[in-house]
Amino acid sequence: MDTLTSLADGFAIAITWQNLSLALLGCLLGTIMGALPGLGPSNGVAILIPLAFTLGLGATPSLILLTSVYYGAMYGGRISSILLNIPGDEPAMMTCLDGYPMAQKGMAGEALSLSGIASFVGSFLATWGLILLAPQLVKIALLFGPAEYFALFTLAFATLGGVSSTNQAKSAFAAALGLGLAMIGVDTQTGVPRLTFGEVHLYDGIDFLVAIVGLFALSEVFIFLEHRHGESDAAHRKIVIGRLWPPLSMIRQSFGAMLRASGLGFLAGVLPGAGASLGAFLSYSVEKKVSDRNGTFGKGDPRGVAAPEAGNNAAAGGALVPMLALGVPGSGTTAVLLAVLLSLNITPGPLLFTRNPDVVWGLIAALFIANIMLLALNIPMVGLFTRVLMVPPRILMPVVAMVSFVGIYGISGSSFDLLVMVGFGVMGWALRKLDVPLVPIILGTLLGNAMESNMRRAITISDGDWSALVASPLSIALWAIALAGFVLPIVVGKLVKTRMLGARRTEQAEEMDVTD
Amino acid sequence: MFHATRLSLAALLLGATALGAQAEGFMPANPECIAPANPGGGWDFTCRQVGKTLQDQKLIDKTMQVVNLAGGGGGVAFAEVVNKRNADDDLIVAASSATATRLAQGAFPGNTMDQVRWVASVGADYGVIAVAASSPVNTLPELLDMMKADPTSVAVAGGSAVGGWDHLKVLIAADAYGVDDVRKVKYIAFDGGGEAVTQLLAGSVQAFTGDISEAKGFVDSGDIKVLAVLAPERLEGEFGKFPTAKEQGVDAIGANWRGFYAPGGMSDAAYDGWVEKIGALYASDEWKTTMEANGMAPLDLQGAAFEAFVADSVAQIESISREIGIIK
Repeated sequence: MDTLTSLADGFAIAITWQNLSLALLGCLLGTIMGALPGLGPSNGVAILIPLAFTLGLGATPSLILLTSVYYGAMYGGRISSILLNIPGDEPAMMTCLDGYPMAQKGMAGEALSLSGIASFVGSFLATWGLILLAPQLVKIALLFGPAEYFALFTLAFATLGGVSSTNQAKSAFAAALGLGLAMIGVDTQTGVPRLTFGEVHLYDGIDFLVAIVGLFALSEVFIFLEHRHGESDAAHRKIVIGRLWPPLSMIRQSFGAMLRASGLGFLAGVLPGAGASLGAFLSYSVEKKVSDRNGTFGKGDPRGVAAPEAGNNAAAGGALVPMLALGVPGSGTTAVLLAVLLSLNITPGPLLFTRNPDVVWGLIAALFIANIMLLALNIPMVGLFTRVLMVPPRILMPVVAMVSFVGIYGISGSSFDLLVMVGFGVMGWALRKLDVPLVPIILGTLLGNAMESNMRRAITISDGDWSALVASPLSIALWAIALAGFVLPIVVGKLVKTRMLGARRTEQAEEMDVTD
Repeated sequence: MFHATRLSLAALLLGATALGAQAEGFMPANPECIAPANPGGGWDFTCRQVGKTLQDQKLIDKTMQVVNLAGGGGGVAFAEVVNKRNADDDLIVAASSATATRLAQGAFPGNTMDQVRWVASVGADYGVIAVAASSPVNTLPELLDMMKADPTSVAVAGGSAVGGWDHLKVLIAADAYGVDDVRKVKYIAFDGGGEAVTQLLAGSVQAFTGDISEAKGFVDSGDIKVLAVLAPERLEGEFGKFPTAKEQGVDAIGANWRGFYAPGGMSDAAYDGWVEKIGALYASDEWKTTMEANGMAPLDLQGAAFEAFVADSVAQIESISREIGIIK
């Protein structure tokens, strides 16, 4: 009951006119920043730090503003994924897979509102997880040593198989390409630059935001340029937006997906080395394994939209656990929030909950408020967002290009990154022509470094003994799941396919009987 | 608008202007601080915190724009300042021991420390060597004896890459204690001090090398045991209870200083202005509170004194790096 009293105190702190309007402002700005490709939650929060300082806000109001931006951006990322097939930020990448096909089927409205609800469910459950489980969850984070992280990342790659393409060889090629790109930069385990060709800009490796914006957004622009002649916009497609509220049956159908994804995403968020992208990815691939009986995933299945959205929003809440309780940021955004806490003279760490209860509970109350506000804002705004689809591509595409360039330049202030982005755009265009999926590339770039470093850390600690990789029950369990995730689809997939083929034949036969 | 980033745009749009310019002499028209890394790191923190305090103290009359210019461990920003912003009077750049380490190891190709003007320090974060609270090791010599007897028995975790400052600190200590081949010391690089401490608590490694500010939260909670502070003498305040390495017969000092450099072509008037402003900031009570809250120790150097300090520090790192074979 102690917890509930503290939470009530938190609400007392958070509910003032000033704090509520800050939360509203944060939610609005966050949603917009999340939706713009290139601007993600971490830059969104960083941009607003000067505002918090200039307004002379205290600790709690500043955190309320900034976490609202954080949650807002996590909501916003899905908008451009669904409408344009361009992820607004990296965790929203998985939402493209089914969100965009849904929009193409004329169900953009449903996809947006359903994903809004999924985001709400994910954040809501994660915030409760944060309240009830934070101290215990820290112990889970401590179970993960280098060997366990390596097994976890391997698991992600092992389940990559069926996620985004029917052609396994192309998926594997894309993942290998991503892993290769991740190798660029100074190797932290030896201090030696790799594949940098003496170019100092490459020493820190390739920023995956640059890769994402290039691969998804710019390649889309290139494809448009290529097709510009020949088809006129009006004749090309009839714009159907769909309903602005998903049918109850759709919510009911995907509710299980949301719950499963929230759990998985939250856990991925809690692990400082994993993060929201892994959360969204695992949520999607697990959901696909669990529910995809008819092969509808990747073709606009609502559950394929609900799962990654619930997953990445839950991960955002989960990532606050190690940040608050250990002072260890689990993602770029929490790293920025951590810096803010430090500059407000608050030291996160094991004692934060007892030393600064007002800050912690005020923040948690703010998360609830922001979440409800975001749901309230997002659902009515679905109609507004879908207007984007009515903008003719000849206007939309230059805007996408502009936002991409401004966004990337804004992060690093480096024109070199712009060239890298254009390079990725060209690569994305070529790969799309070859029908190579883009998601594994990003996954490889995103996780490749951490995967490699953790393996080498584990081996260095054990003095070259490879058995250290399977030395703990947790790592053995993770390896077992990874192995099952890799092998089962190959074995079971064949069985299922033959059975489905059989079923379809009988169905067809029956249909023919009927028509006869 | 060439240098306008989203940060400055946001500041502009949101009407971030302050009232009352009172300091006489040099006043930067558009004060700007480059943090040579992505938001959230130490340099970013230095820029933002100093910018905020300068404004609070009315030492500047506009909000300091913080521009993140990441890449090459600070090398991209250094090259940018030398090549393109060499005569900018409104610009300062956050720097730390990591900057000196990379300059010493030649990790900024073609750049040396005398291409820029070193303004002032704003404090130092002394190194610590720590073990988990449950570890049987209680003193620094005990730990170093273990390394001496069997280098493979102790894995030390730190937040910097191999050859980086966290790594060098533990090597300096091992070297000072007479460990024969310091290259055999097992160092595991993690992404930041926070992750390294977490792995110490998880039991993956036996020891931790980092800065006081990284360890503070865990020392307060009693999760880790500080074996030695790499400071010349005992620190003031709560960290005073921990012995220095020197007291234990290991003559090793490792200070991660934080400070600023400015473009090499900055006018003398502007340079003196910045030196004076950062000096005034350092002397303010507000800054003392910030330093205390973040476990930063005093390091009060401005202008020429700071320049000489950085030169010494670069020379020292260069000689250790050569000794351990990181540079040839």
